[in-house]
Amino acid sequence: MFKRLYKKVEELRPLFAEGGKLHAFHSLFDGFDTFLFTPSTPAGKVGAQIHDGKDSKRTMIMVVMALVPALLFGMYNVGYQHFLATGELVRGSVTCDLFWKAFGFGFLAVLPYILVSYIVGLGIEFTVAQWKKEEIQEGFLVTGFIIPLIVPIDTPLWMVALAVAFAVIFAKEVFGGTGYNIWNVALIARVFLFFAYPTHMSGDSVFVRTSGTWGWDEGKTLVDGFSGATPLGQLATTSDATLIPVDFWTAFNGLIPGSVGETCCWAILLGACLLLTTGVASWKTMLSVFAGGAITAWLFNAFGPDTAIAHLPWYMHLVLGGFAFGAVFMATDPVTSARTETGKWIYGFLIGVVAIVVRVLNPGYPEGMMLAILLMNTCAPLIDWCVVQSNINKRMKRSQKKEVAL
Amino acid sequence: MALSQKTKETLLGPLNTNNPIVVQVLGICSALAVTVQLKPALVMSISVTIIVALANVIVSLIRNTIPMRIRIIVQLVVVAALVTLVSEVLKAFAYDVAMQLSVYIGLIITNCILMGRLEAFAMTNKVWDSFLDGLGNGLGYSIILVVVAFVRELFGSGTLFGIRIIPESWYVANGGFYENCGLMVMPAMALILVACVIWFHRSINKESK
Repeated sequence: MFKRLYKKVEELRPLFAEGGKLHAFHSLFDGFDTFLFTPSTPAGKVGAQIHDGKDSKRTMIMVVMALVPALLFGMYNVGYQHFLATGELVRGSVTCDLFWKAFGFGFLAVLPYILVSYIVGLGIEFTVAQWKKEEIQEGFLVTGFIIPLIVPIDTPLWMVALAVAFAVIFAKEVFGGTGYNIWNVALIARVFLFFAYPTHMSGDSVFVRTSGTWGWDEGKTLVDGFSGATPLGQLATTSDATLIPVDFWTAFNGLIPGSVGETCCWAILLGACLLLTTGVASWKTMLSVFAGGAITAWLFNAFGPDTAIAHLPWYMHLVLGGFAFGAVFMATDPVTSARTETGKWIYGFLIGVVAIVVRVLNPGYPEGMMLAILLMNTCAPLIDWCVVQSNINKRMKRSQKKEVAL
Repeated sequence: MALSQKTKETLLGPLNTNNPIVVQVLGICSALAVTVQLKPALVMSISVTIIVALANVIVSLIRNTIPMRIRIIVQLVVVAALVTLVSEVLKAFAYDVAMQLSVYIGLIITNCILMGRLEAFAMTNKVWDSFLDGLGNGLGYSIILVVVAFVRELFGSGTLFGIRIIPESWYVANGGFYENCGLMVMPAMALILVACVIWFHRSINKESK
């Protein structure tokens, strides 16, 4: 099967080569070729090799696979929240029929976002690669997959398209493409939406799809007392300082309103396991984000102001909002995070700290994970520099001491 | 009167190959602050053009009598006097725009283009050349301001000079699909737009890199 596919691709190769009929699409062809197979330039048989012919697409596809549980659950949750709002479904009594109905609804609702994200983003990437006569860069595989997962399900598609274009051009291509970006590209897309169209990115009417999708289940009346507020949104606006909007296991399970892929902690943990066992993501970054968040939240519990969000138990902070998703999939982005091993601890820890500080102290932003990661992306080179410099100083002192001793 | 090659260079150079904003990278701060809408941007452009041209003329006239040690102070006094005049005129004849621009008219004193041109040109050149240089730089500044303000007002507020361009019925609030881009109103986007202008300018003017 694979061999036949390989043969077929090889037969097509001359078409796309220099002078071939379809040369204009050669970057598209190269992209899919290396995506499917090992690149034809593997490590040589003689001499010392620093790395083998493994393409960064292999790493990328691992991350995409790790994101699949969160995506599938996110789809189900979109449908679940919708039918909960229309009263067709009651919490705790989901039949098999209803399950598939909810999943189907969510699938159809999320699908356009994935398509728009990939078509716009890859379109720009292929165009740039073709224009600069470079090999197609594969970084967008992950970015394009993450963007649909971190936007509210009611975001208009043209806004997503605009944000993707903005992020790919201004956060990535102008810096030199994949591997050179300073900030996480998917988060730049989200931050663009957040500041350009704030009414579509926060509040209590965007996180639950109340209208239909593709004409299905259109114009339903909502149940009495329906509120589409996310737990963090409720906490930010409440005047009741003892409010705990959901219990730990509900939040952990993820059947709560929120951006598509961020709600379900066990699906994210499943992805985290894959990333850690394959060594794609750094366990140091991941762990230290959670540690930073937990410690800061605990400090707010003990000494914080008298507000609901400051009183929220520290373990709740870790399962609500985009904290887990950000810690596992976005803070660990190897391009934008710190690269020194000590730096990873500091970088991750500070992300956790800043995220919780923004959540608790800034009522304008119910969620701080996005801003925390972007801020620390900016600081990552500085952290690395400090770590390296302190190492140099330490060794310098040590060698000087030896000289004195001699 | 046909312009000589040198005169042309002095007057038209700053419009393109020696533009104060995109090539000399001066006067960026005000380009970020006053370009949310076209009208204040235009008023600001005219004010700066007049002030740079006149300040250049005055400083060029007295350039041989200014002691080198205190030249910056003398230049500042000249600019401050002109800025105060313009500010008073605006308050008298275009009060609402003057209020919109608020401190930025006063802050023309600190606009880098002014000090830059006075130091780099007016102190060492004749009066007529200095006038042309001031005019050219003022206009070069104006072009960029107007371009940035055009984009920011159109996409940030859906208007141009306060006149509605994008129909009301397109907006989500009126059952449409469109929404103004809130980022356009923020200074950050002005910086990105100026960067885009620079990008475009450098790609068509290879030699000015």
